[in-house]
Amino acid sequence: MSRMSSTAAVIRRKSVIPGFEITLWTTLFWLSLIVLIPLGSLALKTAELSVAQFLDVVTSRRALHAFELSFGLSFAAACVNLVFGTIVVWALVRYRFPGRRLLDAVVDIPFALPTAVAGIALTSLYAESGWVGSLLAPLGVKVAFTPLGIFVALVFIGLPFVVRTVQPVLEDIDKELEEASASLGASRWTTIRRVLFPGILPALLTGFSLAFARAVGEYGSVIFIAGNLPNVSEIAPLLIVIRLQEFHYADATAIAVVMLLVSFSMLFVVNALQRWSEVRLGRRP
Amino acid sequence: MTVVPMVEAELFEPRRNTDTVVARRLDVREDPTWARLSVIAVTVIFLGVFIVLPLLNVFAQAFAKGAAAYYGALSAPDTLSAIRLTLVVAVISVGANALFGLIAAWAITKFEFRGKNLLVTLIDLPFSVSPVIAGLVFVLLFGLQGYLGPWLSDHNIKIIFALPGIVLATIFVTFPFVVRELIPLMQEQGTEQEEAALSLGASGLRTFIRITLPNVKWALLYGVLLCNARAMGEFGAVSVVSGHIRGQTNTMPLEVEALYNGYQSAAAFAVASLLALLALVTLVTKIIFEAHIAKGRTP
Repeated sequence: MSRMSSTAAVIRRKSVIPGFEITLWTTLFWLSLIVLIPLGSLALKTAELSVAQFLDVVTSRRALHAFELSFGLSFAAACVNLVFGTIVVWALVRYRFPGRRLLDAVVDIPFALPTAVAGIALTSLYAESGWVGSLLAPLGVKVAFTPLGIFVALVFIGLPFVVRTVQPVLEDIDKELEEASASLGASRWTTIRRVLFPGILPALLTGFSLAFARAVGEYGSVIFIAGNLPNVSEIAPLLIVIRLQEFHYADATAIAVVMLLVSFSMLFVVNALQRWSEVRLGRRP
Repeated sequence: MTVVPMVEAELFEPRRNTDTVVARRLDVREDPTWARLSVIAVTVIFLGVFIVLPLLNVFAQAFAKGAAAYYGALSAPDTLSAIRLTLVVAVISVGANALFGLIAAWAITKFEFRGKNLLVTLIDLPFSVSPVIAGLVFVLLFGLQGYLGPWLSDHNIKIIFALPGIVLATIFVTFPFVVRELIPLMQEQGTEQEEAALSLGASGLRTFIRITLPNVKWALLYGVLLCNARAMGEFGAVSVVSGHIRGQTNTMPLEVEALYNGYQSAAAFAVASLLALLALVTLVTKIIFEAHIAKGRTP
């Protein structure tokens, strides 16, 4: 795995273990069949469009609005998850209280609950007749079938990404660091700000990126609560589905390509962040 | 409580008055009570409102019209057909991914070769692709106006709007689940045990079955568990390729959508409650598996 071995001239260490060729070729074959060739068809389809056509599709009013909505709300939801996720992690890692382990398990529910189930559950919860919606209605706040509803769904599905990324890092932070900081006269707040926060910063940013990337592509939990009005509450993944149903494959593909480019740059950012944090923690030269 | 911290603290600050040392030592990593209570309160309220309430709502809505309506919804022919299809799709795609996961993890962890990091990244790729796009790529390939569409329809092969398309899309979205659980564990375990077995004359396959497989058993089951939960619950990708024919190509999540959009809310939530139950069982099993994996790591 180390970078040394990949750059060294040795392609394969001499090994008595059998099955290198067959397992590697099977892996490459299956990966190509299921992932690479299908994703390649996106590139092929995009190549059928001229640059002008491509830009026409992705800068149409409806597409621009869908991108703005998807990226904007995903960013907002990831921010909320960053703040509340950190609070949740702090409570789970630092405090002992009854029900802590149950709450810890609860964090994984958005991972495990099928998105369609989350979608209808949130919709009926926030509809005007729902448990929460009926409390908000007298205040004039409408959540279901508005962009605010999309935001709520994206907060729901993004939370575990922040918590599960930050939690192990906070658990691992050396308590001597905090003690040293306190013994040198730092206040608790200064210790948190100057010692703990920098320690978990890479994990926070990674969790934020993962939550954002997931939210941008999210479909199932959003479409029920969104209302799906073009130019108002229509997310980018839904626009892809609509274009497909109209047999406008190339239009659907162009929108998909823009979304994929954003997702892959987020992936790149996450990898860079992880490398940065490993270097900082001295786990990698 | 008192003796150990004092000794530790004295190592740090040997010249301090003991009483204040003890007091400071205990307080150093402790937040004031008001902060503790507010952090715990915010956590409970946030998780309660955003996560627990929607889950409870599923079961409340499912039984909104009484138990008879609940059982009626679950025994409707379309529901039963959706359950059957979901199980078939899950068995095929989880099986395929488990097999692939073992093969890929063997190649990646037992040998050194160029481009290994790239291979791992490519295997992880489906996690960063929107489910809708995962469905779209198969429509581009096999759809009526897709690259292979005309050829397929000439030969009377149906992939899109049929079982093969649903299975392909499901395998795509669950692709990394098993292999990413296996790689770190097999990396950690190294190759000594396998080498020993081989040098004693065991065949490669026998070594794999008798040495490797028992060593990675819990991680494999863990990956299969997560893979299965996603396979049964997948909505976006399957929705694009399924064609939504009730009683034929609707999986359980799609049936939930069909019922909900058909204003049969209680029935939709009844089917949804089965999926929610699956999620809860998955979470409990996951905690059990995690304990086994942790035990395996520190013998």
